Amino acid sequence: MDARVSAKIQDVFEEPACEHNQNKSAKEKKKGCTKQLSPGAAAGGCAFDGAKIALQPIVDVAHLVHGPIACEGNSWDNRTSFSSGSKLYRTGFTTDINELDVIYGGEKRLFKSVKEIIEKYDPPAVFVYQTCVTALIGDDIEAVCKKASEKFGKPVIPVNAPGFVGPKNLGNKLGAEALLDYVIGTEEPDYTTPYDINIIGEYNLSGELWQIKPLLDALGVRILSCISGDGRYKEVAYSHRAKASMMVCSKSMINIARKMEERYDIPFFEGSFYGIGDMSETLREIARLLIQKGAPEDLRDRTEALIAIEEKRAFERIAAYRPRLEGKKVLLITGGVKSWSVVAALQEAGLEVVGTSVKKSTKEDKEKILEIMGQDAHMIDDMTPREMYKMLKDAQADIMLSGGRSQFIALKAKMPWLDINQERHHAYAGYEGMVELVQEIDKALYNPIWEQVRKPAPWELATASI
Amino acid sequence: MASVSESKKACTVNPLKMSQPLGACFAFMGMDNCMPMMHGSQGCTSFGLVLLVRHFKEAIPLQTTAMNEVSTILGGLENIEQAVLNIKKRANPSFIAIASTGLTETKGDDVDGYLKLIHRKHGETLAGTRIVYVSTPDYVGAFEDGWAKAVTCVVDAFAEPCEARDPQQINLLPGCHLTAADIDELREIIASFGLKAIVLPDISGSLDGHIPENFTPTTLGGTTLAEMQRMGASVATLAIGSHMSAAAMALEERSGVPYRVFERLTGLGAVDELMGYLSELSGQPVAAKYRRQRGQLQDAMLDAHFWIGSRKFAIGAEPDLLAALTWTAYEMGGEVLAAVTTTPSPVLAGLPCAEVLIGDLEDLETRAKASGCEILLTHSHGRQAAERLAIPLLRTGLPMFDRLGASHVLMVGYRGTRELITHWANSLLEAEHQAKPEDWPLNAESLAAARGMSPPASSCGSGGCGCAASPSHEQSETHLSQELQP
Repeated sequence: MDARVSAKIQDVFEEPACEHNQNKSAKEKKKGCTKQLSPGAAAGGCAFDGAKIALQPIVDVAHLVHGPIACEGNSWDNRTSFSSGSKLYRTGFTTDINELDVIYGGEKRLFKSVKEIIEKYDPPAVFVYQTCVTALIGDDIEAVCKKASEKFGKPVIPVNAPGFVGPKNLGNKLGAEALLDYVIGTEEPDYTTPYDINIIGEYNLSGELWQIKPLLDALGVRILSCISGDGRYKEVAYSHRAKASMMVCSKSMINIARKMEERYDIPFFEGSFYGIGDMSETLREIARLLIQKGAPEDLRDRTEALIAIEEKRAFERIAAYRPRLEGKKVLLITGGVKSWSVVAALQEAGLEVVGTSVKKSTKEDKEKILEIMGQDAHMIDDMTPREMYKMLKDAQADIMLSGGRSQFIALKAKMPWLDINQERHHAYAGYEGMVELVQEIDKALYNPIWEQVRKPAPWELATASI
Repeated sequence: MASVSESKKACTVNPLKMSQPLGACFAFMGMDNCMPMMHGSQGCTSFGLVLLVRHFKEAIPLQTTAMNEVSTILGGLENIEQAVLNIKKRANPSFIAIASTGLTETKGDDVDGYLKLIHRKHGETLAGTRIVYVSTPDYVGAFEDGWAKAVTCVVDAFAEPCEARDPQQINLLPGCHLTAADIDELREIIASFGLKAIVLPDISGSLDGHIPENFTPTTLGGTTLAEMQRMGASVATLAIGSHMSAAAMALEERSGVPYRVFERLTGLGAVDELMGYLSELSGQPVAAKYRRQRGQLQDAMLDAHFWIGSRKFAIGAEPDLLAALTWTAYEMGGEVLAAVTTTPSPVLAGLPCAEVLIGDLEDLETRAKASGCEILLTHSHGRQAAERLAIPLLRTGLPMFDRLGASHVLMVGYRGTRELITHWANSLLEAEHQAKPEDWPLNAESLAAARGMSPPASSCGSGGCGCAASPSHEQSETHLSQELQP
């Protein structure tokens, strides 16, 4: 392995801010968070996928994939990470290496590709993603990027996370490392305010950032940089001037949050935009850290006032659904924070959570579940698709909330389903988002199709003479 | 005749092409009770899986050998062994179908050798499950090539010579551009001649959007092993699309079944040929239903030619789909001024357009813009280009992730052709320009003359002849406004 990638991986594995990691023995720690994959029974993306997910939401950058056609050709423009400006991030750039490149090396093609992109599209920066094949043949993307940066006078950033070094989650962190090594701290903002924050690990899926931004705007809090949803290269480059950071609790970019604290004295907290209580807690934390760093004290009271009104409005609107949703059973198949953070809102609407998956949850997540749902909480550790199908088919749940991967398990069991993971088309963040979630559940449950698709065919009726 | 060239750019921008192993695995999905698997890192499978899920809106069976850096360097024997045993245990499929990727091909894994070792070691455990392998490096060819290679491999692995011929049975080898609806349509057409078709691969069985009674992790529906073994008893093989000729040839070599390649089955003449061929083969007349459909197509052509005639098409598709679309546009009086494809193919040189480029969607967009194309035919990734060009995009081919009903788009036969051209005409009709009062301004010369002024000076005296010396519109405007100064 490229010694630099290998060192990075060790560095990322030893993340001190990761509680999960801190509870491990020294030996376990060294092995890192890469679960040994089981060939023939594995699912999920690779490290390259993870790096791309983490960085592609920087919208004005040209994201160039150095590898064969599969890596970009099979996957480009497939996410709902929205932009309020440049659309360049949705352009698919790849060196699409051929057999001769594999034999003679792809560095020349990569350099020429960077040149073509700068000439035609003139982006503020080019991010170059390493992939398995080009890593295996020894293409040195760091060297090419360095040379290209010098030659073209523009940042050309190597993102060294070839797919075969590990899963998506590791790729998120390796992508984050590229920002730390080459981008953050390289530019200065025109001005700063005592209310400048970074949001780290938020990808603006379906525009969720814009459900949060009005709240922050109203409080006078400025998002100096969102890493990386609806981000701009420049904003990431000067994000080291923020007063505080929020790390969105997926932990996908915990290394950015912690290293920025270390290097630039930017305190961070771990928060979530999902769930009403969590949203309020997040606003409180932002206010607390900003005040701690010197923002005027009145921010606290203004924040509390805003929270009081927003919570009341949201709960009132959710309660309106109670008569229709009371007693309906929800199966929640997601992970981490969402395994409990949306539960309060669902309960407020009268829904009963009959099971929540804890496969990707931490110990704290599990404690939270017990706290919210009581001792009866049904925690599902690992459910096979077949078991999920059966549970739905036997009507032990009325609706499943999960990611796209299990969508057809529910639909083929002729049961309502709602996407709450990254490919979703609805935005569920903040107070507005929770109301929308309950609305969507109602919409799904009360659709008249369920009765029709479950109806037996005329030839299946015992009395039929067809 | 078209001149075929390859894009000279170092950087592909907005890829039209998808990879070989994905095409291969897609073909494997047309086999019944099959688990396709990519031999590569888990990302290779994950990207392909997501793409097909979004296209079909179906659960897609596709596994991975989950190679990492170390196993790549040491060789993938253990991973393949574990994967095969895992799949056997969990799903017990009839087929495990493996496609290699760029990663394992760069290393040079000898998968055929591995499979022999695995069979020797686990023969009993694996009884009842057939394993087939195809070599499909990502850095060679495209989706269509992967599909073609996979079908050829399957033919080589399972087709057998049969002693007796069944005069009522034929083989149908559809190209990767045919949808579930296309295959159903062909099956029905073939049945109307009293013939029964064995379709390989048959995605109309597995990816047609059915609701199974129970959960199944493998494909449900598609070509069965028994059917594959009976292909040698057919009286003929029909290959649809030139990329299927290798598989048809392999089948003939193995079992002596003669084949005929139909480059396309879209367009009046092309379908006529199929009908004539089937009629001759079966000794049956063309059924009344299709005689009516032919009339309906002729009528639709009459109605649609107003809208399609002389319209400028930009088409981006894999070679055989590009051929079907380009010919149909040409036969309807349209002009294909921008044609981009993914991989070399013998069909390209004969296409009725000036140039075919092996390139990407950026190339297609640039050409469409330069030649003023009015309609764009390509897969869903053309959506950004269509928006910038401000012309309608008719989503054609795979992936079609931002529309529903991809499996049920019909393009073959009289009925499919009728649906296709009607769809084109409707889009052009909708984009039709509504006349405005300022659409027909008089030229400067006429305007000056009408106002009793002398014509603007130019070498040929009038400027209205269109000669190179005639003043440009802008100049004459200035001239005129100067003259009009009081």
